[in-house]
Amino acid sequence: MAEKTIGRDIAPPDLVAKVTGRAKYAEDFRAEGMVFAKLLASPMPHARVRSIDTSEALAMDGVFGVLTADEVPQPGAPNEPALTNEPLYEGEAILAVAAIDETTAADAIEKIRMDLEPLPFVLDPLDSLRPDGPNARLDGNTRIGREVQTIKWSEEDFAAAADGHMPVGQPGDEWSYGDVDAAFDAADLVLDETIVHQSLTHHPLESRSCMAYWQNGKLFIHGSTQSTARTRAAIARGLGLELHDVVLIAEYCGGGFGSKISGSTIMQVPALLSRKIGRPVMLRITRAEETYLGRARPGFQAKAKIGYRADGRVVAMELFIVQDNGPYGRSGDFRTAADMASLTYQVPAMRFGGVSVYTNTPPKSAQRAPGGGQITSMLEPIMDKAARELGIDRVALRHINVPDNDGVFGPRRRGLTSAYVREALDRGVELFGWEERAARSGQRHGSMVTGIGIGVSSFVGGSSGFDGLLMIREDGKLYVHQGIGNLGTHSIADTARAAADVLGMPWDRVEIVWGDTSRHLPWSAVQAGSQTTHAHTRANHAAAMDAKRKLQEIAAGDLGGSPGDYETGDGRVYRRNDRDTGMTFARAARRATQLGGKYSGEELPEDINAMTVTSAQALAGEGLMGVAKDTYPHEGSTFSFVVGFAEVEVDFETGHVVVKDYTAVTDCGTVLHPRSLAAQLYGGGVQGMGMARSQRWVFDPQWGVSFAKRLYTARPPGILDVPLEMKWAAVGIPDPQTPVGAKGIGEPPLGAGAAAITSAIADALGGRCLCRTPLTADMILAAVEGREQPYGPLETHV
Amino acid sequence: MNEIELLEAVQRTVSRRMFIKGVIAAGAATSSVGYLFRGPAAVFALPSIQGSVGRLVTLNVNGQQRRVDVLPQETLAMTLRYKLGLTGTKLGCDRAECGACTVLVDGTNHYSCSMLTRSAVGREITTIEGLESEDGTLHPVQQAVVDEGGFQCAFCAPGFIMSMVALVEANPNPTREETAQALSGNLCRCGDYDKILTSAMRAAEYARREA
Ligand code: FES
Ligand code: FES
Repeated sequence: MAEKTIGRDIAPPDLVAKVTGRAKYAEDFRAEGMVFAKLLASPMPHARVRSIDTSEALAMDGVFGVLTADEVPQPGAPNEPALTNEPLYEGEAILAVAAIDETTAADAIEKIRMDLEPLPFVLDPLDSLRPDGPNARLDGNTRIGREVQTIKWSEEDFAAAADGHMPVGQPGDEWSYGDVDAAFDAADLVLDETIVHQSLTHHPLESRSCMAYWQNGKLFIHGSTQSTARTRAAIARGLGLELHDVVLIAEYCGGGFGSKISGSTIMQVPALLSRKIGRPVMLRITRAEETYLGRARPGFQAKAKIGYRADGRVVAMELFIVQDNGPYGRSGDFRTAADMASLTYQVPAMRFGGVSVYTNTPPKSAQRAPGGGQITSMLEPIMDKAARELGIDRVALRHINVPDNDGVFGPRRRGLTSAYVREALDRGVELFGWEERAARSGQRHGSMVTGIGIGVSSFVGGSSGFDGLLMIREDGKLYVHQGIGNLGTHSIADTARAAADVLGMPWDRVEIVWGDTSRHLPWSAVQAGSQTTHAHTRANHAAAMDAKRKLQEIAAGDLGGSPGDYETGDGRVYRRNDRDTGMTFARAARRATQLGGKYSGEELPEDINAMTVTSAQALAGEGLMGVAKDTYPHEGSTFSFVVGFAEVEVDFETGHVVVKDYTAVTDCGTVLHPRSLAAQLYGGGVQGMGMARSQRWVFDPQWGVSFAKRLYTARPPGILDVPLEMKWAAVGIPDPQTPVGAKGIGEPPLGAGAAAITSAIADALGGRCLCRTPLTADMILAAVEGREQPYGPLETHV
Repeated sequence: MNEIELLEAVQRTVSRRMFIKGVIAAGAATSSVGYLFRGPAAVFALPSIQGSVGRLVTLNVNGQQRRVDVLPQETLAMTLRYKLGLTGTKLGCDRAECGACTVLVDGTNHYSCSMLTRSAVGREITTIEGLESEDGTLHPVQQAVVDEGGFQCAFCAPGFIMSMVALVEANPNPTREETAQALSGNLCRCGDYDKILTSAMRAAEYARREA
């Protein structure tokens, strides 16, 4: 029997392509006759196009055509079109020009005469809530239910803002549970803090460049996207095409972090330009364009009022969040943030209110741990402050509050599948050396002061109900078809291990089929929200169980006995008590093809998705098919947890922070692939450190244009900004509600890394929580020197 | 005009042109001008546009002499990617901020997005595609990365690997800290630095063994 693949370090099968340069990302494809497109971007944060004259541009040699907003689908308000006649942020695409090369396209853009009427704009959500404040959109400043509406607060509502406290007015969303007021009255300590968490852009290293062409009425599109099956669906839906008329090729994705869950909006531009001019079109997105089009995490301005019992137990919480929504859609981060706070601290009585306000800033979307990242990095230093005031250990305060298997969360008090946060805390205390390090907190040598931080982070760890599809072919190999995406988490390969282990298949005889929708992929989860590890170990497990049953039946039919007498392993199906009686998978695949029916995929289960049906029909008759929808029980909500510990040194003369050490311990159920798990824990942690220390948007308040449009102006951490060595561990207790026991782990590492840093910096400052991200050197220095902060307490985008 | 004068002339015209573009972009702010690509089609099919005159040069890329038509303002990254089909070299920023485009020029790591192709004439250019040996054996650095399961999305990988190659050649016995210093011109947005450092340390070990 082949060694189990789950739990082992096995390099993903695409790694050689990645290290040799053979891995092709979207901008690496070429097509015969390919031309280039450039975008004309809005110079204003809010304007209306009065007129466009493209005649001079179109008359130029080498210019093939222009695509305007009138020629792309305009989804109803407040949703985002690919091109617009009413730009709602600086940098928004108004039109695109296709030309023989980019220089010509850019020259053509300069020859376009455009009359823009400037409209009122707003950057700070609180400004839009002011009684006479501007709205970012002509139809309102927030969305409630499905409607765009306007919420304005009164001058009295804003009274608190005068002395720097978070004002609270009419919410767009609210809920509560428990007797919150009584719980606050009974509390031994109440902290009431104002929080500003600034918006930051995603900055995947690969911008969303895209190349598209049409053949025989079919759209072929090479894009940069996190997902595959679901991205094709989004492209088809967006353009009003049939699913089978879209072929998406996206085998590699140079990072997304939530910004390219489908990323399909801007793909419409090369797709439609190509159809219009009858040539393949490449749209290269520059770094500056990526900063604008590439999504951002919604910012929060918030009030957090927390009541504690003397032993550190949280007894009541009130959260009020004003969210910077950007101009389109409706971000759910603020609601998720409240759920995560309710979960992480098992808050017995809680009130949440919030409003997501439209602003003329680049569009927002999920960014790794959406909502969770913001609230974790903001609340953890407040928990530290409570521990200081109550005179208890900071770990002890977490210990008493975090959830276990009986945990519940949110207004509906929903239950969990599993939670081993205490185990993670205990493990982390040991691995990090908490006792010893905590004793160093506040120590000064030269100008450097030590701070020790801790961050407990929770996030959703998986969905269920998707399809698995695999083939055992006549070459005896197992082909696992994956509709999820390949964005670097390695889950594209790691989730296939569930199938390999069910069948006892050696890993070197497993092929992953992915990244090209013409290769017959099953209906799958989006590659986002830490879903795929959970969802697709389940789906692949289900499909492998189906294949195993079929192998057993074929063997019993040909070799006698009953199916239950047979086992599979090492590419054979054999009699349990007589290993020599059996057949190879290669032979079983041939038999399946001969037998037809369910064995070869001519007959399919009724409950699988239509996309899986189409793919399975195309594969039918080519061997033995395993195909199933994941119907395994899934009671309760699946969450994963990460506890991060950091040691920093803050230079009291410059405000510079050095991260000396970082340790992350997770409860994410069964460990599929230790090294990739470590990469998620560290990589997410490092991204969190960037969020805590340096990344944000900065706008010129007078003109509404961005100052932070490149990598160096909102810089993600470099290799010298992170510790030379870090540590990690996993609790490793399987989740009981999924057959493989594995939960997703993409998101919660971010909050843990960010919070460990905000907590450690506050610790170095003697427990002073600046309650703001990012914590830049000038802010830290002002705090150290007791000077007024360079920005107003509620100010954002600074 | 000798080579150096030619080079200076090229650089003068380019910076002037880029300067003008920059002013237009900032002033009217309507164009999304980055560093722009003038494709081969412009050279071959429409040579008269903009009055740009193409010129054949010979580049030494991955041990081969390649004749290529290069415009004065063309960057090495663009020539490699769009004229020579070497798309392993990536563009993350096109402005010397990320290192995704790192190649070796005479053994030293350079940002190919920020180097004019003409200034690489007569020098030895090595890209990620040039590391494997003829029989397909991976370079020790590549093998080390595979053995450590390095990188996540790997868009930064070609650039990092080229910097690692330069490092192990210059310093066969680096400490982890020296390694971090040597790779600090490369950005990994996935934050995979821990595995990158471990891979580089192993790469140095492999290279020592081979030497
Ligand atoms: S692409 Fe050259 S440094 Fe970023
Ligand atoms: S692995 Fe994604 S940028 Fe480095």
